[in-house]
Amino acid sequence: MDYFFELFLGGMTRGSIYALIALGYTMVYGIIGLINFAHGEIYMIGAFTALIIASVLAVAGMPDFAILALATLAAIVYSAAYGFTIEKIAYRPLRSAPRLSPLISAIGMSIFLQNYVLLAQTSDFMPFPSLIPDFTFMEPYAHIIGSSEIVIFGVTALAMAFLTVLIKFTRIGKAMRATAQDQKMAMLVGININKIISVTFVIGSSLAALGGVLIASYIGQINFYIGFIAGIKAFTGAVLGGIGSIPGAVLGSFILGWTESFATGYISSDYEDVFAFSLLVLILIFRPAGILGRTESKKV
Amino acid sequence: MPGFSEIKKAFLVSLWFIFLTFPLMVIRINPYENLVSYRWANLFLVGGATFFLSLLSDFYQLKKKETALNNIARPRPKFHLHSRFKRPLAALGGLLIILFPFFFSSYQVNIMTTALIYVVLGLGLNIVVGLAGLLDLGYVAFYAVGAYSYALLNYHFGLGFWTVLPVGAGLGALFGILLGFPVLRLRGDYLAIVTLGFGEIIRLILENWNEFSFGPGGIADIPRPSFFGLQMSLTVSTIYVYFLMIAFTFFTVFVVNRLQNSRIGRAWVALREDEIACQAMGIDKTRTKLTAFALGATWAGMMGVMFAAKTTFINPASFTFLESAIILSIVVLGGMGSIAGVIIAALILILLPEYFRAFADYRMLLFGATMVLMMIFRPQGIFPGHRQIYRFSPERGVEK
Repeated sequence: MDYFFELFLGGMTRGSIYALIALGYTMVYGIIGLINFAHGEIYMIGAFTALIIASVLAVAGMPDFAILALATLAAIVYSAAYGFTIEKIAYRPLRSAPRLSPLISAIGMSIFLQNYVLLAQTSDFMPFPSLIPDFTFMEPYAHIIGSSEIVIFGVTALAMAFLTVLIKFTRIGKAMRATAQDQKMAMLVGININKIISVTFVIGSSLAALGGVLIASYIGQINFYIGFIAGIKAFTGAVLGGIGSIPGAVLGSFILGWTESFATGYISSDYEDVFAFSLLVLILIFRPAGILGRTESKKV
Repeated sequence: MPGFSEIKKAFLVSLWFIFLTFPLMVIRINPYENLVSYRWANLFLVGGATFFLSLLSDFYQLKKKETALNNIARPRPKFHLHSRFKRPLAALGGLLIILFPFFFSSYQVNIMTTALIYVVLGLGLNIVVGLAGLLDLGYVAFYAVGAYSYALLNYHFGLGFWTVLPVGAGLGALFGILLGFPVLRLRGDYLAIVTLGFGEIIRLILENWNEFSFGPGGIADIPRPSFFGLQMSLTVSTIYVYFLMIAFTFFTVFVVNRLQNSRIGRAWVALREDEIACQAMGIDKTRTKLTAFALGATWAGMMGVMFAAKTTFINPASFTFLESAIILSIVVLGGMGSIAGVIIAALILILLPEYFRAFADYRMLLFGATMVLMMIFRPQGIFPGHRQIYRFSPERGVEK
């Protein structure tokens, strides 16, 4: 039973991280119907920025708490800036192009960013300092659940709550929903859809950066390629829950996290990624709309 | 001449990119010794390059607007080779192709053979992506199926190249159908992701199922293609493989060209343009898509066999997603649905990094940038394919 519980928590941790990335996918897909292939790379850039800033600050002799705060902030700012720029360069000119064009552009962007980090930094795995401190009050429970896991769950829950409030109850959230429903109509009622789409990218990218910092400090190493696999898995989570739906993305990511965790724990650890990809393929074949998604009928 | 506002804009753009690339391009860390170094030269490089690019893109957009205004009534003159030059040019090209291996080292011949493999792979993927409009991101999986079928059948049963070639093609097609059957009713972008997942599954299985595929170590000592049981030295065999590939390329071009203008080829293009209208015209959507998928996979399977025979060693690392991406950028660069475009793009993309070694590090970076830039500035590719147009005139009947 202990083993089961360990796997359960492990799956939940994975799921939380996937969820933070999946939220970005789902928001972008919901609003412009594009699979933002470069989203995984934004998460990777967030992790790298955090590592670089943390190293610079550590050399300068800053206290741990300041390093954690500033490195996370830098990761969020930079990922958001990258997300914003990518949308502007690679997707905006293609908004009225055939459906495959922005997707190919996104794949190109993803390859470009991977190799940009590879050339500018290194192809080796870099050790990532564990930024999250061990809480003293958690010590009695340390054998069940670590401090980083608590932080990861907490951040994911907060992020989801924040997004739900933002989308349901604020002016900009209303504008986002309107843009997602019908861009032309949204424009007619005076919504600046370019601005709304940029905001969506910025929020999605910031969440990815948060995920990047958390998982890098949890696993302890990063390289330029982490974004690709994490991106596909988060996408799987988003599709599993029903792409475009925010609670769906979180639910789907958790299911994916548990599937991976239990399958590797009870079956074989060699095929970790195969389980995720198979789940993706099966979901898309049997229920493309996802668990919480609605099937939309198309008008001809 | 760029005005003040353009220069100001370019300046702001370069400032933004300096900010954006600062941590990654300028700072370099060494986490093992806690050292941080700064590469200030990169900062000026990024600033200068983006300043220049911003001006360039402004200029391009201005130019585009002007030509758009001027060219409303005038269609662009089409490049057409005079028929008098066609034959001598073809003869010259043929001579060059035949003489090439005798004047260059076997290293060069090998590179050319690799490039030709990519030409055929590009043409195969062109059927799926270019003609039928199905974005296949797992194309390399079929390539892997072909390569492993030759390696394993040879290892276990001692089957030769010529026996396995059709088997590899058939297995490629079979996998194409197996994958295609459940996923083809998916929308375009979902299809792309599923094929990507499928490609990764195949690679991961090859990597981890040691009893079956010998794992990441791969399979070595695969025999080269035979020629009626003749013993050949390494040099002769390299030249032989080169000519085989030349023959293959011509065969592929011939078949793809015929397919393009056939009933099924026109159905593919129609399906790409408008699915619903296509179904209304009585085209069986599933079957048409499935044929495209299977035919594309057939070429990949055959080229896999060829690849295994050429390199005599294969391992799963040769079949990563990047490989699919390279083949896809060949199709995108060349122009979706254009045979000549794909051939030229494959030669450029594969030969250029080989001959300019300095270029090789930046290869994938440039591939990625190419895909984005082509989609924005020239989505039809460098040599867009043109549709066969039939005209009807009462005197002469139907003419092309």
